[in-house]
Amino acid sequence: MKLNGAGIIVECLKEQGVDTIFGFPGGAVLNTYDALYKNKEFIRHILTAHEQGASHAADGYARATGKVGVVFATSGPGATNLVTGLATAYMDSIPVVAFTGNVSTTLLGRDSFQEVDITGITMPITKHNYIVKDVDRLADTIREAFHIAQEGRPGPVLIDVPKDVSAAMAEYVPMERKSFSPSFEAVKPSAIEKTIRLLKESTRPMLYVGGGVIRSSAQKELAEFIEKIDTPMGVSLMGNGAVYSDNPRFTGMIGMHGTRVSNIAVNNCDLLLVVGARFSDRVVSKASAFARKAKVIQIDVDPAEINKNISTFHHVIGDVKVVLSILNSKISEPLEHSAWMEQIALWKREYPMKISGETRRPREILQALSQVLPPSAVIVTEVGQHQMWAAQFYNHSPEGRFLTSGGLGTMGYGTGAAMGAQFGCPDRRVVNVAGDGSFRMNCNELATIARYRIPLVILVMNNHTLGMVRQWQTLFYEQRYSETTLDTDINWVKLADAYGVHGMYLSTEDDPAAVLSAAIALNAPVVVDCEIPLDNMVYPMVAPGASIDDMIEETND
Amino acid sequence: MERYTLGILVNNHPGVLSRVVGLFSRRGYNIDSLSVGETENPDISRITCVVTGDRQIVEQIEKQVAKLVDVINVMELSIQGSIQCELVLVKVCTTPTTRAAVVELSEIFKAKIVDVTESTLSLQLTGNLDKIASFLHLARPYGIAELVRTGITAMQRGSQAIVNGKDAD
Repeated sequence: MKLNGAGIIVECLKEQGVDTIFGFPGGAVLNTYDALYKNKEFIRHILTAHEQGASHAADGYARATGKVGVVFATSGPGATNLVTGLATAYMDSIPVVAFTGNVSTTLLGRDSFQEVDITGITMPITKHNYIVKDVDRLADTIREAFHIAQEGRPGPVLIDVPKDVSAAMAEYVPMERKSFSPSFEAVKPSAIEKTIRLLKESTRPMLYVGGGVIRSSAQKELAEFIEKIDTPMGVSLMGNGAVYSDNPRFTGMIGMHGTRVSNIAVNNCDLLLVVGARFSDRVVSKASAFARKAKVIQIDVDPAEINKNISTFHHVIGDVKVVLSILNSKISEPLEHSAWMEQIALWKREYPMKISGETRRPREILQALSQVLPPSAVIVTEVGQHQMWAAQFYNHSPEGRFLTSGGLGTMGYGTGAAMGAQFGCPDRRVVNVAGDGSFRMNCNELATIARYRIPLVILVMNNHTLGMVRQWQTLFYEQRYSETTLDTDINWVKLADAYGVHGMYLSTEDDPAAVLSAAIALNAPVVVDCEIPLDNMVYPMVAPGASIDDMIEETND
Repeated sequence: MERYTLGILVNNHPGVLSRVVGLFSRRGYNIDSLSVGETENPDISRITCVVTGDRQIVEQIEKQVAKLVDVINVMELSIQGSIQCELVLVKVCTTPTTRAAVVELSEIFKAKIVDVTESTLSLQLTGNLDKIASFLHLARPYGIAELVRTGITAMQRGSQAIVNGKDAD
């Protein structure tokens, strides 16, 4: 069948099973938006307030559903507004396909109106990108892009389509979507055998689990594995939710804002098995002191992660779910490390997360949130103190999802991502745990939330400051609070009201469970302004460059 | 810090070179020399890249380059196991009294005289880095007016070739 390029784009989306996309129209994508108009019953287009919101929404949709998130933007500023969202997705290995328009091929390279070299700009922040100058190549390029976005270590892919290409006619031949599953054959049997041997030799093994477990949906295999080899397990920020937070083997996060138990265990284990994690500097801190008594084994789908930041003793390349299920099947006799597990339990009793005035209120709020939400809930965060509190104090679950910008640390991520998550998972409760600093970055998306009546709960943890930066200024810059105090008192309840969204206020005296359950019961968009004390801190903390077991603790009061 | 030579097979698409080079610069890897051209298959180009670093850095470079979608294969070419050469055009300053000596030098190094004026002699020289370095060392006293180098290009010795397939691990 003969179609124009825009029609081919839409048909290819249908081929890929895409039914929801996020975007914002403009001159260079008029053809595509016309084709979308004609295909409304197949593909739902969500109009955001800003392309950045759309890019985060596609990311949030992908993280919550495991499917590819799709975002559309026009040329020039539309395309550049995707940059932060693509970089966020790239750093956290999220499958996103972005379509941008561009000026017609005859105008390319002439500094035309709304022209920008978006493939050049996004080269370092996409897994791959394309500019399609021949309509006959369009369909195959889109198919390849979806494959690349999902295959191996996932990531964002961008396709730039000049306006004349979206207008040009070409023969479209429908194709079945290529389904693919991670290969068992690709995992080296010798690498598995050596891993098992090292596990058997170890008396103090420890797991360090990252987002790879979530991305490959290996939660079940992981739960079986840690039972089978009888080991404690810590996580990176991205690994939260890999197992239930109340699993006795779970020791919490490792690293800068990790638990003392996790950090001590990493530095005292004799074998550190790293599963789908990448030794971020936020986890490792001082590399020479990290896991200094341990042989490090790394399981990862990306060979380039091996020996990148930390030298490993042994590695297994493969999809984490596949590797863990092979390990589970090959370990016939469960291992036993009772003395080590007892030591872990002792450390847990000795070093509980302290409760003091500096962390009490945020902990109360997040624990209340855990109580009032079902385990299947999707928790989204912005970036800063509230993000760390959500990671530390919310009761994460493998049934739910924890969506957070771990690698890039994008303030303003949460609102868009939460919208995308809610569109992807209409039956789940989605809550964006925000800070007042982050929320003001992209609160324009309240317009989108109102327009589509997205039943999101947005908790604004309001300390009237850029709390994490303030925390560093308190600890390392002698309390010189340079540009971190947000003393313009925004009335968030009124702002929500202006957009036609519910607004609620949670004072420091109110019972958070009561207010939060009322907010959730609304089953409608709602912003909850949660007052928290100005000088609340995230503890424990490892000072930059220090060994992870050298932690700054809060003072008891 | 050692010098390593990498042979990289890539799809012959526009923009591929900038993907490879961009990767080097953003990850902080230094390129000593780079040469690129089409292979026996016009759909495939080959890049020869000389880098300086320690073993771990070079392994990272290889792995990161291999991840690029347009890269078909990456292989390290050892000095012993490969033929490595570079083409150099050099304009050496001459006077009536030094010209004969420069001609003699070019003969020793099997350089070709490609242009001559009253005051210069332009030479075309091929060879590995050592040969070129020693030629330049000997020519420098006469004065070098201009020097252009293509960068090292290299292939494996023997019947083996870099094949069109990525390694799994």
